[in-house]
Amino acid sequence: MTTTYLEAIRQAIWEEMEKDPSVFVLGEDIGAYGGAFKVTEGMLQKFGETRVIDTPISEGAIVGAAIGAALMGMRPVAEMQFIDFISCAFDQLTNFAAKNRYRWGAGVPMVVRGPCGGGVRGGPFHSQNPEMYFVHTPGLKVVAPATAYDAKGLLKASIRDDDPVIYLEHKFLYRRIKEDLPKDDFVVPLGKAAVRREGTDLTIVTYGAMLYPCLEAAATLEKERGAKAEVIDLRSLLPLDRETIVASARKTGKVMVVHEDTRTGGIAGEIAATINEEAFDHLDGPVLRVTAPDTPVPYSAPLEDFFLPNAVKIADAARKLVAY
Amino acid sequence: MAAASTSRLVPAATTKKPAASGRVRRPGAKGAGIPKGMMPPPDRPLVNPGLSRAQLLEIHRFMRLNRMLEDKLTALYRQGRISGGLYSSLGQEAISVGTAYALAPDDLLAPMIRNIGSMLVRGVTPLDFFQQYMGRYESPTHGKDGTLHFGNVERLSIIGPISHLGTLVPVMAGAALAARLRGEAHRCSLTYVGDGATSTGYFHEGLNFAAVLKLPFILVVENNGYAYSTTCDRQFRVASIAERGPAYGVASESVDGTDVLAVYAATQRAVQRGRRGEGATLLETRCLRMQGHAQHDDMRYVPKALLEAWAKRDPLERYERFLVASGHATPDTLRATAEAIAPELDAAADAAEKCPPPSPEETLKGVYKEEGYEAPWWPAA
Repeated sequence: MTTTYLEAIRQAIWEEMEKDPSVFVLGEDIGAYGGAFKVTEGMLQKFGETRVIDTPISEGAIVGAAIGAALMGMRPVAEMQFIDFISCAFDQLTNFAAKNRYRWGAGVPMVVRGPCGGGVRGGPFHSQNPEMYFVHTPGLKVVAPATAYDAKGLLKASIRDDDPVIYLEHKFLYRRIKEDLPKDDFVVPLGKAAVRREGTDLTIVTYGAMLYPCLEAAATLEKERGAKAEVIDLRSLLPLDRETIVASARKTGKVMVVHEDTRTGGIAGEIAATINEEAFDHLDGPVLRVTAPDTPVPYSAPLEDFFLPNAVKIADAARKLVAY
Repeated sequence: MAAASTSRLVPAATTKKPAASGRVRRPGAKGAGIPKGMMPPPDRPLVNPGLSRAQLLEIHRFMRLNRMLEDKLTALYRQGRISGGLYSSLGQEAISVGTAYALAPDDLLAPMIRNIGSMLVRGVTPLDFFQQYMGRYESPTHGKDGTLHFGNVERLSIIGPISHLGTLVPVMAGAALAARLRGEAHRCSLTYVGDGATSTGYFHEGLNFAAVLKLPFILVVENNGYAYSTTCDRQFRVASIAERGPAYGVASESVDGTDVLAVYAATQRAVQRGRRGEGATLLETRCLRMQGHAQHDDMRYVPKALLEAWAKRDPLERYERFLVASGHATPDTLRATAEAIAPELDAAADAAEKCPPPSPEETLKGVYKEEGYEAPWWPAA
């Protein structure tokens, strides 16, 4: 039976709660209602209100309380109803959770998860990709799965991890992506990218929902001119799998980075710098970026479609790169 | 309860309306220029809430140690032997010691920057503090953070603070929640905010969160009149922060923060409410910060009359007068306590100074879990 990306997330939490009594969930409307997107549906009935906690609309308190609980040896999984609202808990994440182990050795094993990304006409406050605020914060981990398998395996690994993890689930993929999942327990290790398509002529580095237009563009390119693109799905943004990126850059000599996040300060810049430092002699062209422009995420369909990268824009950039 | 005379419960129905207009007294009046509500509360006699003589003297020793330790830290700071910020709790020792003393050892405690006394009660030693302030490798943070920014949940039930005010309020609500989830519902959690941090969003979010989930959480507000240089009338329009208790649906009290026994008794009542499953308590303690925000601050903005009024209410002197008057101590025995502490502090400071600093490469270690950084290294098991 195929499992959707959303169901994979639900299964990961469910199974970890069954396995480990220190795992619990808290957030807004996650109990009786089962969550705004139904990720926690049925959990209240199964695990009871002590472990499935409906909270006030207080992201700062949700994350703060998760930190306190994590310091007590629990493994809280806190839901942000939309990841846009994680900004309300910025201090708790960047100053409390992120720095605690470094300061006095106490880890903060918690997961803060929530739906990110655009493509569903959510407008400026229900479509954001806030990963880089946190990728810039040593002490946090940041993951962004693109497949149902990774959604489940990365979340299990995040829950079991002894440091704080921000888990970005792309709402566009929730019910659009599905696959058969193994019956047995599995995890996807944090900090390891996946090569989704092998290639020799150029490398496309991406993550999250952008994986799919990247694969589409790669297929177009091959059909058009026989150019073989390697597509790397980062899966984890922090820690970043620099090894896989650099190895591919050395192999193909041409790299482009695609992300739905806005351009300035996006992870593409960090990847380009890493390639400059570690694979400069192998490069046959500049590291190109295909990203959202530096604007808020607009609401109206023609605006959002203009804002988001897509297979056409990616293929255009890839043609330019291949021509070098 | 004997100590109730020095405190007041604030029933919802009698919440006072804030003053209709300006809170600053007219020129020429007694306490001119002093915002209303900043002068000391009535000076009532201390009342023993049922503590043994040994306990009374132990409280005294902690208060004296609190003061002398900070005096020593100040001297070291002026000699350039410690760096960074040094925040004094002069005039507030009764709050740290009285609240912490009312907790059981496994109740969860999160100090803020002026609560060195709370940590002393929990068993943190002067050597620990000296090493921490001197940035030594063997300090609770390996030199990566300073001041009172450290803890150990497993061994001392202490959660260390960060500098961002109010953040500990939801964190400690979460600690109480976790205790309940772990089947340890008897464990209360307690933390502190100043009058200034009552203005933060986290104060509201955390207290409301604790109220809604009926957590055994005690939020102590040390109303010391000033947030850095800003007077408390620029933080809130209520006469007492305890008035906010009914608004959150939690118990609240306001006590004289210079009366260690009143602070102790009020905390005890809050602990008992928590253990009975009656939820959170908001406890205001009134005092004046008798030194600047930190050592660099000459606090010329504090009116002399205000300082003089509160100087007469020195919590340590008040308590010593009580101990002598009630026959639990004599001036000689009190002096002997101080004389025993002094060489202990000198020896600890010298010992800390001889400890090695961290190696520069220590900078890169322990951001994430790795060998040697799986759990707090301090205090040694």
